[in-house]
Amino acid sequence: MSALELVCPAGTPAALKAAVDAGADAVYLGFRDETNARNFPGLNFDRDELAEGIAYAHRGGTKVYVAINTYPRAGAPEAWHQALADAARLKADSVIIADLGLADHARRKHPKLRLHLSVQAAASTPEALRFYQKEFGIKRVVLPRVLTVAEIADLIRDAKVEAEVFVFGGLCVMAEGRCQLSSYATGKSPNMNGVCSPASHVAYVEKEGRLHATLGGYTIDSFAKGEAAGYPTLCKGRFRVGETTSYVFEEPTSLNAFALLPELRKAGVTALKIEGRQRGRAYVAQVVAAFRDAVDALDRGKPLPEATLAALTEGGRETGGAYRKTWR
Amino acid sequence: MTARRKKAKGTKAGAALTLGPVLYNWQIDRWRDFYFRMADEAPVDTVVLGEVVCSKRAPFFESTIPKVVERLQAGGKEVVFATLALVTNRREMKAIEELAADGALAIEANDVSALSLLAGRPHDVGPHVNVYNEGTLAWLAGRGARRVTLPVELARDQIAAIAKAGIGVELEVFAFGRLPLALSARCYTARDSGLRKDNCQFVCGGIVDGVDLATQDGKSFLAVNGTTTMSFAWAELSRHAEDLRRLGVRRFRLSPQGVDMAAVARSWRDHLDGKKSAAETAKSLAALAPKAVFADGFYRGTVGAEPVAA
Repeated sequence: MSALELVCPAGTPAALKAAVDAGADAVYLGFRDETNARNFPGLNFDRDELAEGIAYAHRGGTKVYVAINTYPRAGAPEAWHQALADAARLKADSVIIADLGLADHARRKHPKLRLHLSVQAAASTPEALRFYQKEFGIKRVVLPRVLTVAEIADLIRDAKVEAEVFVFGGLCVMAEGRCQLSSYATGKSPNMNGVCSPASHVAYVEKEGRLHATLGGYTIDSFAKGEAAGYPTLCKGRFRVGETTSYVFEEPTSLNAFALLPELRKAGVTALKIEGRQRGRAYVAQVVAAFRDAVDALDRGKPLPEATLAALTEGGRETGGAYRKTWR
Repeated sequence: MTARRKKAKGTKAGAALTLGPVLYNWQIDRWRDFYFRMADEAPVDTVVLGEVVCSKRAPFFESTIPKVVERLQAGGKEVVFATLALVTNRREMKAIEELAADGALAIEANDVSALSLLAGRPHDVGPHVNVYNEGTLAWLAGRGARRVTLPVELARDQIAAIAKAGIGVELEVFAFGRLPLALSARCYTARDSGLRKDNCQFVCGGIVDGVDLATQDGKSFLAVNGTTTMSFAWAELSRHAEDLRRLGVRRFRLSPQGVDMAAVARSWRDHLDGKKSAAETAKSLAALAPKAVFADGFYRGTVGAEPVAA
């Protein structure tokens, strides 16, 4: 079994340096526009920053993957095509894509560019994975967060493709790339705009003594005075169904698959992905270092070290997510 | 299953109606009677059958499907079989393989695994496959796609750009009914009853239009339907049908809800045939679904939930 590759988020040049210095095997990042799925204000890289970032990463033996993983706008695919061309020109180690048409474009125009399939493509079966390999020469697939560890093991055995799985950070409870809740409430979507529950549509409003966290005018959750008010991520709110109010979709919780690393390794996973391009460099440094220690320990046949990552999870709460069948 | 590809009847107005698959877990009697009635009375050209939301529901309908297919074909409808939208295990994949093994069946692929089995032969692509642009449409066309239902969040400008590319694939839009907005491995109907997907006790059975979900301050928002999260509002694009036809979209999907869908189809048909104005059509649809809130925000490029103009 070869060592697990640790793929870390770099929302900014500072986070890139932090990840490289903390022992990332690879970092992933995006251009500062709607071509990537973390199109948030103040994040991401312009072309010069990417060139510098790649130089810094490569000096440290770290690879750089460029996420171009939104769906090109109809009639205006130029920004996406340019992103591919620039990633190739600046010698990124791979691009992470989701759109079938863009994959076809990449294969034809940049045949030497290594292609990874984004989680946004939601490829969840051996047939789909083989299809992407055959049609576009996809080398690696970031698996959707809908599969159990057993299903992941089956998938890797059947499809014979490098698999990258999320192990820490924000948790989509819907199949990524197949969710239009955000645009239903705000007009802005992950697939088209690279945003979900965008801050531009968030307002905190006081109503009847409670603080309502609203998104597009919809109360996603409300909090008593003095209670810490969370961010209104659409699928992690408390809603009313019938007589009861509850977290209908998911609690405000983060994925933490740290304890599952031995199982994931046994399942044949190639790479571990840490979510969080919107996070600061201190967070990145701490999480990357913890996973670096864990991967190194596993590689030496040692037990997992103690990790204290709970403080870094959303609301201090964490879940194994879909990796455990009981989550469903 | 014996449904063979049969050309949809041409309509004089050059626009066609598709009845989408039932997205809810209706009781078998209701389900069968619904399709018998649609076969006999609804002026739709195509009927898409099959379980798209949850594979656990499919066994309830299997033995009745041949009878429904026969009746629909006797009623002159083209029958297309839809595949599951989110495939996560071998059993589900095997069901799609069995469907695809009959090379003559008309199939609507709802994920890339199904696409992979259908490449090289004529097939349809459902609204759950991400076709956001002309590049993807052209690529799919090259693999045999003949008809594509566009993602529900696409706005007019994007639909226009895709249609303008003139790729020769028939374009369809989701024009009536609650919108399937999100897919998950987790079942929210089961979760709402304190259960899990694996031991769900089929609590979604018999829920006609999904379960309404509101915000804490009572604002209607979404609807829970098993692993699929639906819009609270119902899509209603009849007022944009003429515009869409000018853009080159000539096929409209009506998604089954617990209202008189034959009458809904008649209203649409009359509108497409020029017998009923847009205003009259909108009025009749509102009368047929008095409790529904209609939205067309996605089409207008604003917020998806934004209601149609009064």
